Amino acid sequence: MAKNGKRLNRSVQVDIAIIVVLCVFAAFMVMPLIFAIASSFKPMSEIFIFPPKFFPMKPTFQNYRDLFSLMSNSWVPFSRYGFNTIFITLAGTAGHIVFASMCAYPLALKKFPGGKGFFNLILLALMFSGAVTTVPNYMTMAKLGWVDTYWPVIAPYLASPLGLFLMKPFIEQNVPISLIESAQTEGVSEWQIFWRIVMPLVKPAWLTLIVFSVQNLWSMGNSMYIYDEQLKTLNFAMSQIVSGGIARAGVGSAVSVIMMSVPIAVFVIAQTNVVETMATSGIKE
Amino acid sequence: MIALLGRKLQLNLKEIRKNYSCYLFMAPFALCFFAFVILPVFIAIYYSFTYFDILEAPVFIGMKNYIRLFFEDGLFLTALKNTLLIAVITGPLGYLLCLIVAWLINELPPFMRAIVTLCFYAPAIANVYFIWSIIFSGDQYGYINSILLNLDLISSPIQFLEDKAYIMPIAIFIIIWVSLGTSFLSFIAGLQGVDRTLFEAGAVDGIRNRWQELWFITLPSIRGQLLFAAVMSITGSFTVGGVITGLFGDPATTDYAAWTLAQHLEDYGGVRFDMGYACAIATVMFILMFGCNSAVQKLLRKVGT
Repeated sequence: MAKNGKRLNRSVQVDIAIIVVLCVFAAFMVMPLIFAIASSFKPMSEIFIFPPKFFPMKPTFQNYRDLFSLMSNSWVPFSRYGFNTIFITLAGTAGHIVFASMCAYPLALKKFPGGKGFFNLILLALMFSGAVTTVPNYMTMAKLGWVDTYWPVIAPYLASPLGLFLMKPFIEQNVPISLIESAQTEGVSEWQIFWRIVMPLVKPAWLTLIVFSVQNLWSMGNSMYIYDEQLKTLNFAMSQIVSGGIARAGVGSAVSVIMMSVPIAVFVIAQTNVVETMATSGIKE
Repeated sequence: MIALLGRKLQLNLKEIRKNYSCYLFMAPFALCFFAFVILPVFIAIYYSFTYFDILEAPVFIGMKNYIRLFFEDGLFLTALKNTLLIAVITGPLGYLLCLIVAWLINELPPFMRAIVTLCFYAPAIANVYFIWSIIFSGDQYGYINSILLNLDLISSPIQFLEDKAYIMPIAIFIIIWVSLGTSFLSFIAGLQGVDRTLFEAGAVDGIRNRWQELWFITLPSIRGQLLFAAVMSITGSFTVGGVITGLFGDPATTDYAAWTLAQHLEDYGGVRFDMGYACAIATVMFILMFGCNSAVQKLLRKVGT
């Protein structure tokens, strides 16, 4: 970078100080999560000792066993809650990626009336959250006969503006228009172009969408559209158990570990792709 | 004039017909988007001027819902005050934290950068607040209490999660803990994309330290991310109900000390089915978020100038 190998405008002392401060701060941020993991392996006797210890002295799986026996004693089997959450997460994520990518493809690579206006609308939609639309959506879902089905949770998520917002600029920057045009002259159908050429080129973007979707859908708690116990989510069932009070501190920690491990694992796998995708996004002036 | 307009319309129609496949591709997303995101905003605004309990058709009552909100509903004012307080503190603070941490992380070698990014981002993805209820537990087994007791700073445990005086500060603290989310990733990504040659050019032009570099080169280069992250931070900071319910178990808390608009809305919309009134709350939230976003967007466009 600089002529003599030294970096511009940097001093070693400040660099080291920054690394130290960052590491201390980072440790402080993850500490509660590590603490949750540590507590989930503590036997009951260690949860109630004074002064409390951070790490377990005699690690045990008892809390996880208790959690599963509590869950299997509830009148809806544990596997049912698990299935609900997994189904909502998978269906919502897959649908969101396909819908958002399909919509982003023409917006990114073609010029047609209304395209720009539509994307501006997406930008505006980022500026308010789903809380605003709950009541009208409830009416819509009731009219569609969707109360007590998975759809009220999945359908609005399919059109989450963030996915389209991230997908469109990434396609713009990573899919050369010449490639699309030459495919068109060879008579490849639009659907084939989208599915066979565009989608494989934007893998980092859909991995990013997977990260955000899983994060949102996996932690889906109680929904005002679902009254049937058979359709409730894992997060809802787990929070019911946790609300049993401090006596269930160990089980509660086990719940936290289960709930956080899936989205964190997905993020770790896709991390570099997420950064690559978000580099192309940003609100243009 | 009319002929000209007609010609333009015809041209447009021709364009639309020629590009019909574009619209087909957009249709599934657009349909869901209009049905569940855009139209509901207008419907909510309309309902907010009515009395509506689902069982019977909505009855137009003018401004009555809003008058009730601002002049008769003390709890709404508490919620409004709390929401604004949370937004004003956690919004800017979270945003700056995202920017500063991302900027410092950017200097690290790639592997370390990935690890540290994960550490900062993990709380936001984990979505678990239960652990804080053990840390702040109101008996001697609570971690903060046991440390304070051990140091003889207090003689009896503090009821952190029940005492009104502590509820709001703890809620704000934890909201900041989870605030390094989408905005943070966006900054990290943006900073890695900054053109390195700009720094050399800047050094020649008389930039002498990393702070000047930040203001004159880095920030203007990531203006797109600055705007996007602001939107994410603001929208997020106005709807934080989940953290409070997750932390205190019950959204009501002691004396509604951390009651927010999102919870007030859920109470009327999801529990009492007073839909017109709930929509008035939603409309107030919409105006707050939208107004705040627009103002901040204008402000941020001035960065580096």
